[in-house]
Amino acid sequence: MGKVIKVGMADLNICKSPDIITTIGLGSCIGLTFYDPITKIGGLVHYMLPDSRQTRNNSNIAKFADTGIDELLRQMMRAGANRNRLVAKIAGGAKMFQVSGLSNVGNIGERNAIAAKEKLRMLKIRLAAEDTGLNYGRTVELHCETGEFYIKAIGRPVKII
Amino acid sequence: MGRLTLEEVNNAYVDVLKEIGNVGAGNATTAIASMLGIRIDMSVPKVALLEVSDLGSAICPEEEIIVGIFLEVQTDIDGSMMFLMKMDSAQFLVNKLLGKDTYSQNAFDEMDLSALKEIGNIIAASYLNALSSMTNLTITPSIPHIAVDMAASILSVPAIQFGQFGDHALLIKTEFGDDVMINGFFILMPEEDSYEKILKALGLSL
Repeated sequence: MGKVIKVGMADLNICKSPDIITTIGLGSCIGLTFYDPITKIGGLVHYMLPDSRQTRNNSNIAKFADTGIDELLRQMMRAGANRNRLVAKIAGGAKMFQVSGLSNVGNIGERNAIAAKEKLRMLKIRLAAEDTGLNYGRTVELHCETGEFYIKAIGRPVKII
Repeated sequence: MGRLTLEEVNNAYVDVLKEIGNVGAGNATTAIASMLGIRIDMSVPKVALLEVSDLGSAICPEEEIIVGIFLEVQTDIDGSMMFLMKMDSAQFLVNKLLGKDTYSQNAFDEMDLSALKEIGNIIAASYLNALSSMTNLTITPSIPHIAVDMAASILSVPAIQFGQFGDHALLIKTEFGDDVMINGFFILMPEEDSYEKILKALGLSL
């Protein structure tokens, strides 16, 4: 087994088989992974907000879906991944507190998940699987040897998508 | 008063938050002590200014389970606030309140969760009262919402709120207790225009 590379909040990184890339405790944020099954290069971005253009303070590109996914794609390609083979998977986007749906806090998770799908459609990269929404936190791991995406939550069985 | 730099305002704001934390935690401690029928001492709250991306591990390791109580506030100030406790503190308070064996370490049932919500409600209201009387602003809290989950996932909620305006978040740590110390953390998340309103009401403006 290889190294485990940790990605924090508003952060991104890439790795190669046999390494594992992980982020701990996704709440309303989204963890999006890219994986190239031939070169076995994988990448993960843990973004917090759907759109950098709605914020004045947008210097950290990994904080937003639009700029974070672009940068992850750029780093994957530079490392030798082939864009046409890339598959994407996403997890997170939970609603941690059951507040009224209209408020900003209420639907940020959902908006984050929608932002990933729109961005992927624009980039023409297939969304292979997702585990989003509901009301609990998720720790995720992308295993670059197999491309399997592990999702762990408190009091629930491990899910592999 | 002359114009202040952002840093001066932030320093002054931190001092004010500390004072609000002091008064609020004092009120809360008195309320909880009388509810539980125990004597409680408290220490001076600490205010920390953190990078938003570090918030997930500010209280404990990211994967550790904590209790978060969340309230929305409105009227003169729009926004939300959170009160957070580690599991041992939450367990202690619930067991005291419900008269259970203090050493019981079982998972929370419905009754426990509702007791925790009530404790969170009292603590948050005490804190908001202090803020309200210092600023002369009317602040109305919503009903409390609760989550018991990994620290990083609960703290993603305030991280996102603060992340919309900038890269920093303020965390207030209070400590109270007698034989067992309870650690609690407050996060106040005013909307951007309400933040300015609070500063203005306190006589601090950019």
